[in-house]
Amino acid sequence: MANERSLSPEARSILGTQISRRAVLAGAGGLGAAGFLAACGGGSSSAGGDSKTVRWGNWPLYLDFDAKTKKYPTLEKFMTQTGLTAKYFEDYNDNDEFFGKVQAQLKLGEDIGYDVVTPTDWMAARWLRLGYTQKFDAANVPNKVNILDSLASPSYDPNRESSLTWQGIMAGFGWNVEKNPKGVHTLDELFAPQNKGKIVVLTEMRDTIGVILLAQGIDITKVTEDQFMNAVDFMAKKISDGWIRGVKGNEYAQDLTSGDATAVIGWSGDMFILSSENEGKFDFAIPESGGTISGDNLMIPSTASADGKKNAETLINYYYDPAVAAEVAAYVNYVCPVKGAQAAMEKIAPELVNSEYIFPTTKTSSRLHIFRSLTPDEETKWSEAFQKAQGN
Amino acid sequence: MTFPKVRVPYLLLFPGFAFLFTFFILPIVNLAQTSTQTPVKGGDTGQYEQKFAFGNYITAFTENREQFARSFIFASFATVLALAIAYPLAYAIAFKAGKFKNILLVLVVAPFFTSFLLRTIAWKQILGEEGFVVPGLRSLHIIGQQTTLTSTSIAVVAGMTYNFLPFMTLPLYASLERIDPRTIEAAGDLYANGITAFRRVTVPLSMPGVVAGTLLTFIPAAGDYVNAAILGSPNTKMIGNVIESRYFKIVDYPTAAALSFTLMAAILILVTLYIRKTGTEELV
Repeated sequence: MANERSLSPEARSILGTQISRRAVLAGAGGLGAAGFLAACGGGSSSAGGDSKTVRWGNWPLYLDFDAKTKKYPTLEKFMTQTGLTAKYFEDYNDNDEFFGKVQAQLKLGEDIGYDVVTPTDWMAARWLRLGYTQKFDAANVPNKVNILDSLASPSYDPNRESSLTWQGIMAGFGWNVEKNPKGVHTLDELFAPQNKGKIVVLTEMRDTIGVILLAQGIDITKVTEDQFMNAVDFMAKKISDGWIRGVKGNEYAQDLTSGDATAVIGWSGDMFILSSENEGKFDFAIPESGGTISGDNLMIPSTASADGKKNAETLINYYYDPAVAAEVAAYVNYVCPVKGAQAAMEKIAPELVNSEYIFPTTKTSSRLHIFRSLTPDEETKWSEAFQKAQGN
Repeated sequence: MTFPKVRVPYLLLFPGFAFLFTFFILPIVNLAQTSTQTPVKGGDTGQYEQKFAFGNYITAFTENREQFARSFIFASFATVLALAIAYPLAYAIAFKAGKFKNILLVLVVAPFFTSFLLRTIAWKQILGEEGFVVPGLRSLHIIGQQTTLTSTSIAVVAGMTYNFLPFMTLPLYASLERIDPRTIEAAGDLYANGITAFRRVTVPLSMPGVVAGTLLTFIPAAGDYVNAAILGSPNTKMIGNVIESRYFKIVDYPTAAALSFTLMAAILILVTLYIRKTGTEELV
């Protein structure tokens, strides 16, 4: 407890709250169990989308949850306010897996069982390209104007006509404070001798290669194939020379706690939760050369009925209300995409109002970059190169 | 109602055959079709069309020779190690355990009560920097200060040995237990010492167990990807990891299918050679 004072506000807030995202993860036997339960509960009821219902498929543990009542407070309020029934399914576990599951039905125009889905940027781009989404009726989503400027015009949906960010995910450097007392702010500091063989990078290609490209001074919104392949070679060299220990998804957190990793390319929200659980042993920063930001997007599948679409728009609009968005952000600890949520946070969790990681300032935002969207050919070719570099 | 006698065997076979057809033959045919497809020109990710491109097999194999070789080497090591550990264990349970026999058997099976995945993750913690093994070995100067155990080939092989050990132990136990002790006594009566009796009587009589155990260990080990994914590093990836990444990350179904077939064929050839050499007649 003596260490608590040295913790960041994010970490202290997490310690203070009854239950954090990761506490749920660790306590309930993980994602699998929660996802499984949710999937079971939803199995039968997801089929019927009546005129008063909205069905939302989201990533596990990505919405404020009250462990005592086993309910989602913001979603409960939504139902009371609108009189609609929201069916929430935590069964979006993986972009490719989810896509594989619903693609055939989307192609045939059959109901996929959701009125709102939450794919990550690059997957959202694929849905748009294939025409698997519906444009919002602007009159039903007036809160759309609340989206942060930095997220307002991604290349795949320049006017945000069919998608709105659910949460923003920052990728940068995370490190063990004891092993890296000066912190890790550049690629050279990441590949410093004390971290040799104990560096873990993300399996999310756009984050890992994005951070490397930025460090090489390349604009990731315009990256060319040569530049990309060059950065992949850089990573492959660091793997074969024994610098990088592994390329992992969320498991990099375990490697940090077990001491197998001392520095990582990781995600902001995770790092703060990890730090709070380990008495401030870890820290996170956006690299000096810039970090990546990506988002998971609320979208309406092309197969949603007219009523389903309208209800989905009502739901999306509700979550773009600053007060509601702040409530969600206080729980999930990722970048809040809604303007005005910062002011609203004052009432919910005052210690988080000035968190650069939930509410990046303009200066911070200018250091975060979105990886450009890729053509299908590029997607296959680039991810193949990235997989090969990992020994796959 | 009575059935003509001739039809009874067919009726009895029907459920099994229907199951195999639906869950084995059909997927295999589908996999075979997928393996010779090529991407649709100008199509999106994951769109393929049938072009009977048998060249897929050559590309898939030549590009991943390293992982193929590694899979078979790791699986062989794990099988030999598991045999070395399981034989004395099964022997002790069969001949020396007395009233503890059943308890020991339950203990062999006990790891199955928890998930394969959880047990492998537990090994990662045990062999990790802050587990007790690494600091212990370091203080005894058995390994250097910078040497780690996870993310190495040793960790992957150790994980596979551990995970498949019960598959080796149980068939060995079954065949050892069936040996009539009087045959060993007879060997003694014929002036064989303990070692000779073991070598000339016990080992040959336990061969069916050895063959069954090695097959049950080697075949899943060669296709395993969990141990390499959790305990290994990018430099210890096996063919299972490549297939997984082709399917789910690159969305390259044809190559993944071609690799799966190549793996199946390779295992089938190896197993056939092995059974030929050891002889099947004695197995039953």
